[in-house]
Amino acid sequence: MCLAIPGKVLDTTEDNGSRSGRVEFGGTVRTVCLDFVPEAQAGDYVVVHVGFAISRVDREEAERTFEALEAMGLLEAELPPPDDGTPGGAA
Amino acid sequence: MKYLDEYRDARIAHALAAEIRERATRRWVLMEICGGQTHTIMRYGLDELLPTEVELVHGPGCPVCVTPLETIDRALQLAARPDVTLVSYGDMLRVPGSGSGSDLLNAKARGADVRVVYSPLEALKIARANPARKVVFIAIGFETTAPANAMAVWQAHRDGLANFFVLASHVLVPPAIELLLQAPDNRVQGFIAPGHVCAVMGYRQYEDLVRDFRVPIVVGGFEPVDLLEAILMLVKQLEAGEAKLENQYVRAVSRPGNLHAQEIIERIFEVADQKWRGIGEIPRSGLHIRAEFAAHDAEKVFGMAEFHVQESPECISTQVLKGLKKPTDCPAFAARCTPENPLGAPMVSSEGACAAYYRYRRHKVLV
Amino acid sequence: MPNESKTIAAFSCPVPAPVGDRVVLGHGSGGKLSADLLHKIFLPALGNPTLSRLDDQAIFRVNLSRLAFSTDSFVVKPLFFPGGNIGSLAVHGTVNDLAMGGAKPLVLSAAFILEEGLPLETLARVVESLRVAAAEAGVEIVTGDTKVVEKGCCDAMFITTSGIGVVPDGVRLSANQALPGDRILLSGSIGEHGIAILAQREGLEFESPVESDSAALHTLVAAMLETRGEIRCMRDPTRGGLSSALNEIAASSRVGMMLDESAIPIREEVRGACEVLGLDPLYVANEGKLVAIVAPDAADVVLHAMRQHPRGRGAQMIGTVIGDEPGLVTMRTPLGTTRIVDMIAGDQLPRIC
Repeated sequence: MCLAIPGKVLDTTEDNGSRSGRVEFGGTVRTVCLDFVPEAQAGDYVVVHVGFAISRVDREEAERTFEALEAMGLLEAELPPPDDGTPGGAA
Repeated sequence: MKYLDEYRDARIAHALAAEIRERATRRWVLMEICGGQTHTIMRYGLDELLPTEVELVHGPGCPVCVTPLETIDRALQLAARPDVTLVSYGDMLRVPGSGSGSDLLNAKARGADVRVVYSPLEALKIARANPARKVVFIAIGFETTAPANAMAVWQAHRDGLANFFVLASHVLVPPAIELLLQAPDNRVQGFIAPGHVCAVMGYRQYEDLVRDFRVPIVVGGFEPVDLLEAILMLVKQLEAGEAKLENQYVRAVSRPGNLHAQEIIERIFEVADQKWRGIGEIPRSGLHIRAEFAAHDAEKVFGMAEFHVQESPECISTQVLKGLKKPTDCPAFAARCTPENPLGAPMVSSEGACAAYYRYRRHKVLV
Repeated sequence: MPNESKTIAAFSCPVPAPVGDRVVLGHGSGGKLSADLLHKIFLPALGNPTLSRLDDQAIFRVNLSRLAFSTDSFVVKPLFFPGGNIGSLAVHGTVNDLAMGGAKPLVLSAAFILEEGLPLETLARVVESLRVAAAEAGVEIVTGDTKVVEKGCCDAMFITTSGIGVVPDGVRLSANQALPGDRILLSGSIGEHGIAILAQREGLEFESPVESDSAALHTLVAAMLETRGEIRCMRDPTRGGLSSALNEIAASSRVGMMLDESAIPIREEVRGACEVLGLDPLYVANEGKLVAIVAPDAADVVLHAMRQHPRGRGAQMIGTVIGDEPGLVTMRTPLGTTRIVDMIAGDQLPRIC
């Protein structure tokens, strides 16, 4: 429903009272309206929906919560695969 | 792609699934609200990773699916006018109107000027470039899309772009969830709230739902790891008899949401009663363009006939949208009702539950 | 097989409603709608054993030789794009259709439909590219035609090329020959042609620009045939993408397929562009790739030969033909779960909302 993807702000420009920026998504660059995230600067990541940034990625929070997930994943990788045929045994 | 790929990590997904299997000691019925979340679940087969104790049902999170048939018919009526250029997001072109064989794509084949855009700003560009044409933009969506659509109306108003009009059909999620929770036959015990809607609106309204209905709600993202983590958080709450609002999608969602986006929604739109296709009218669940911007409101500007519409009697969309039935419960699924020959909206929209099942998982049904 | 449609709506062109009495853009997309048109209109009227096999080329006997014959129309827009133009595409497309039958391409025809007002310089540029592409491919354009239509009656330029080639003795490739156990080989990364075109139209920028992979594949095919490994069929996944090519083979051979999503090579820029536009790379057109179904004991040697060839350096084994669920192509996701890779209905509909 809400196809929005994160991208990195490369640079910003001001035009006719509206702020936009070039945002990079895995090697592709698109111009995005930044009016809803005035605090976003080059180097920040934003979540983009239909050509508008609707949120700035909170990198500290992302890192903090991802560390815990990653630890889970590493632990999982060390465990022997379940022998009940559930997928994911063959990591 | 950063903040995307790492949330598709297989080991983390399996670790989360393993933890869910361990924690779930009895049956729980969970609903993910957003069509994009349904799509991810189907595309990655996440339900295959879950224990049988956890049942996922799919919510009404597909704005195309819940756009009233009358709106589609209005759009078709406008497209038929020789002075109108109809501009839309791609999803809407395939939805059939109430007449047989009619949708915007067929209208285009019959000579209507119908164009697809990825952003409302592109629609504005078309209007600026074609001053002699009446450019009508079909603005549908949940709260996620509302700020962008509002911005289009605002810029048209600010710049005096007299040939730009919006046919709006915006819906709000929390009233729909409230309706579901009030229904006596509601089976859903926990909800994954739509992450991008909450990125815009924050999650205070969902805290109210948690408080009023004592049901756990977790704001979830859209990647496999996000959804599995959100499911785990719900299962933990349910097993502990808790009911709180938790935010899994912390990287994009804050409690207050995006105040700038909310401000422009408030400036352009007002909350009104809204009909949801497949559900009926839900009070204060839609956004209509405010009177001061009536010059850009397609419904006010173009004289449009009253429509009395008839839905296909076979389509069980209503029950699918409410989570009471799965697409696969429908006798017409994959037989009389397919993406090429849809009976109802959820089979048409790429976010619709029926379409997701048909595209990714129907082999499990046909066995 | 016709090339992709010429307007922006083609890539976002969705399936029309149930009862359609007109041609819609989706009919040209290479998916279910195209198949529908074939089965409802063309085959009932024109069907014969050769045509009804619906291979990329027709193979028939003339005296002691087996000839391959193919035709293709090119309506690409824009005319010029990163990595090629309508001229080079017109050569590669038909050369490849012949090559997929195992044929060595010999001669091509080229028929042009030109719009009144087209700059001669543009025409000259396209014809020069045609010449270069034909020379590189070792084929001659031996006959042609030119028509001009009034302004507005065609979009700048349409080209139709037909080609004749010779199929060596003992080479028998056809989409109806796949067997359970066979391996599925892909010659390189997918989605580049479609994204290059769409990027041009949509004004997408890339850090490393995505170029169309448009290229002649007949020498790659020859190298693969030279291994004498048993190859059942080959297909070039043009419009409709990898998914359409595999679904067609599965339907024709009445087999199922199980793909390995992690094994399918996709360039990072293509992946990013697909995410941004809401496209699935499996459905995006390619113009310089092939997919081959080979017997299990031939897979390694054929794959090795592919990787030795400039057009096959990125070749991968991406799946297996199975006996279950004939006609259905399924895929193991990176999470180890499975899902269907469906035949696209019309053109891919980018998910926005």
